[in-house]
Amino acid sequence: MFKVLYKKELSPGIFDMDIEAPRVAKKAKAGQFIVLRVDDTGERVPLTIADNDPETGAIKLIFQVMGASTMQLASKNPGESIADFTGPLGTPSHVEPGMGTIVMVGGGIGVAPCYPIARAMHNAGNKVIGVLAAKSKDILIFEDRMAKVCDEIVICTDDGSKGIKGFANNAITMLHDRGEKIDQVTAIGPAIMMKSICDTTRPLGIHTVVSLNPIMVDGTGMCGGCRVQIGNETKFACVDGPEFDGHLVDFKSLMSRSRMYRDEEQVAKDHICHIGLGR
Amino acid sequence: MAISMEKHKMPEQDPKVRAHNFDEVALGYDEETAVAEAQRCLHCKVPMCRKGCPVSIDIPQFIAKVKERDFEGAFEIITMSNSLPAVCGRVCPQENQCESKCILGKKGEPVAIGRLERFVADYMLQKGEDIKPIEKKPDAQKVAIVGAGPSGLSCAGDLAKKGYDVTIFEALHVAGGVLSYGIPEFRLPKDKIVNKEIDNLKKLGVKIETDSVVGRLYTVDELMEEEGFDAVFVGTGAGLPRFMNIPGENLSGVYSANEFLTRTNLMKAYKFPEYATPIKHGKNIAVVGGGNVAMDAARTALRLGAEHVYIVYRRSEAELPARAEEVHHAKEEGIDFRLLNNPIEVIGDENGWVKELRCIKMELGEPDESGRRRPVPIEGSEFNLPVDTVIIAIGTGANPIIGTTTPGMDTNKKGYIVANAETGATTKPGVFAGGDIVTGAATVILAMGAGKKAAKAIDEYLQEKRG
Repeated sequence: MFKVLYKKELSPGIFDMDIEAPRVAKKAKAGQFIVLRVDDTGERVPLTIADNDPETGAIKLIFQVMGASTMQLASKNPGESIADFTGPLGTPSHVEPGMGTIVMVGGGIGVAPCYPIARAMHNAGNKVIGVLAAKSKDILIFEDRMAKVCDEIVICTDDGSKGIKGFANNAITMLHDRGEKIDQVTAIGPAIMMKSICDTTRPLGIHTVVSLNPIMVDGTGMCGGCRVQIGNETKFACVDGPEFDGHLVDFKSLMSRSRMYRDEEQVAKDHICHIGLGR
Repeated sequence: MAISMEKHKMPEQDPKVRAHNFDEVALGYDEETAVAEAQRCLHCKVPMCRKGCPVSIDIPQFIAKVKERDFEGAFEIITMSNSLPAVCGRVCPQENQCESKCILGKKGEPVAIGRLERFVADYMLQKGEDIKPIEKKPDAQKVAIVGAGPSGLSCAGDLAKKGYDVTIFEALHVAGGVLSYGIPEFRLPKDKIVNKEIDNLKKLGVKIETDSVVGRLYTVDELMEEEGFDAVFVGTGAGLPRFMNIPGENLSGVYSANEFLTRTNLMKAYKFPEYATPIKHGKNIAVVGGGNVAMDAARTALRLGAEHVYIVYRRSEAELPARAEEVHHAKEEGIDFRLLNNPIEVIGDENGWVKELRCIKMELGEPDESGRRRPVPIEGSEFNLPVDTVIIAIGTGANPIIGTTTPGMDTNKKGYIVANAETGATTKPGVFAGGDIVTGAATVILAMGAGKKAAKAIDEYLQEKRG
């Protein structure tokens, strides 16, 4: 059993939760993820690591309540436990000194998994520009944390309530237009956002890394459910990824595959609400 | 007394009924039938059956005990060599092993050794006899086992019996490996059989740490240098599913057999939404492949409510790699075998869902390197099979996690670990390996045999290390 150490609702439906997993916290590297199961009948849920503290043994997760499992997870309070917690999984981000100027783009809750990568890039001596994108300023997260590890922060909101009015790719264009020499963009967020970032950086010739979060079961390379088309090859996001060259990702297939269980997700949600396990 | 030339039949659920439930298909012998079957054994002076057993169970001896109705005695003899008898009695391909060597098989049917093993193991599980823990030596050396599948469990059991301090690290949330995620409930019940046999190992003193992915959480080096293990056995299996690399394979509705079976068996998607993991309940399903896993996937699909399930296999019936019994059961349940058909494309609808499987008809040509006649496409014979789900069951490969994180331990070009066939010793001192991660996908019992051999070699290695 793995204990919930901390929980805060950052904005409606978006949770910040720390889980006690000392072995994982000691080993986690930037860009990796975990798989958890809330209880004995639960599904295996992959979530990217937002922070790890080897001292306290805490792994921080930022998640949005989407379906039955995240609803159940959100219902857990500090002191309560969840059944299973496995990690760190996936290949860590490629981070080394001398990579140059890195733009870290986080869309929505995708800002959270950007943070450990931005920190690692920063600690390796690279210049890091953080682009934080959200629908509106109320649901912007991790601004303070990102500010500590970024040389510059650019905020964009769809409604213009803070920073640039527009999408994250507008920020890339802005940075490029002002003469910023960008060596790499790393984008994490909804598939549609990552796709539009890639569409923006492709003609500019900027190497772009995206972190994919397809449907997974085991997370260790066994089921192949998370397979994604990368160029001419089929790759498994759980072991070959989760990070891939964004210009090679087949986003259409990725998005279509992630809708595979939409009907079942609704059934599961109704079931959870019906038996009173949700909030 | 004349000996019957046929095995005593084992009762089974009616095919029409069982095709719609997940309860076990074969129901097992009762005491009377078991004793009667045991009486068919001739007790050969040189028992060939034993040579056919990868873990060398003293078969004539345990059968003699069954004949005397000393089922506990029979169990003791079996478990001297085999840590998971209720599992092996169900899933071993006895027809190619012990039973293939039985002298009775020359003129009629061999003694039903597998069914007798199952009977004895089930008898003891039902009796619930408590297993006594093996006393550990106060200064017992520590052995880490990577993977709680057949090879790891068997290696762990043998080492615990020798008094070692054994810990199994398992990546998933439950132990069992393929016994838990792969082989379906209707062939190998989880709570009734697999979990009980694993509990018996725990009672012996084996510790099992689930949710622990070695290679990520600890490397093999860290297990030995920081966690204090004196030896490591790697039994991680061949878990990486292969695909055909044909167009459309990443459409929604295309599963690997591993995913389809994992969702159903491990995650219990057949009890959705009581269990939270969903699975698509296709109406018309094509399973590609002809092995045991293909049969398992096809029969699982039927039980999930499919109206029509095809097995699409590129060779003919004679080459089907699945056990004859599995093919027979699948046919009884109504699986539609489309032999000498090879898929060339998965065709999707406008929403990215599987609509059809495009196949080409094949004929058999000259024998290939495997000795089987090579299937050759018949030009112009393409056709579309209307299906909404495709399950790819054409085999699995090596998982890269351990191989790529263990310097000094050689792997071959396919990613399998290079290990001595007799001892399991790898090129890295103190690290042993066995089962599918060495041989490529094989059977439960061969993996158990490898785990057993490695346990013996690890014992010798540790005795020598201690000096």
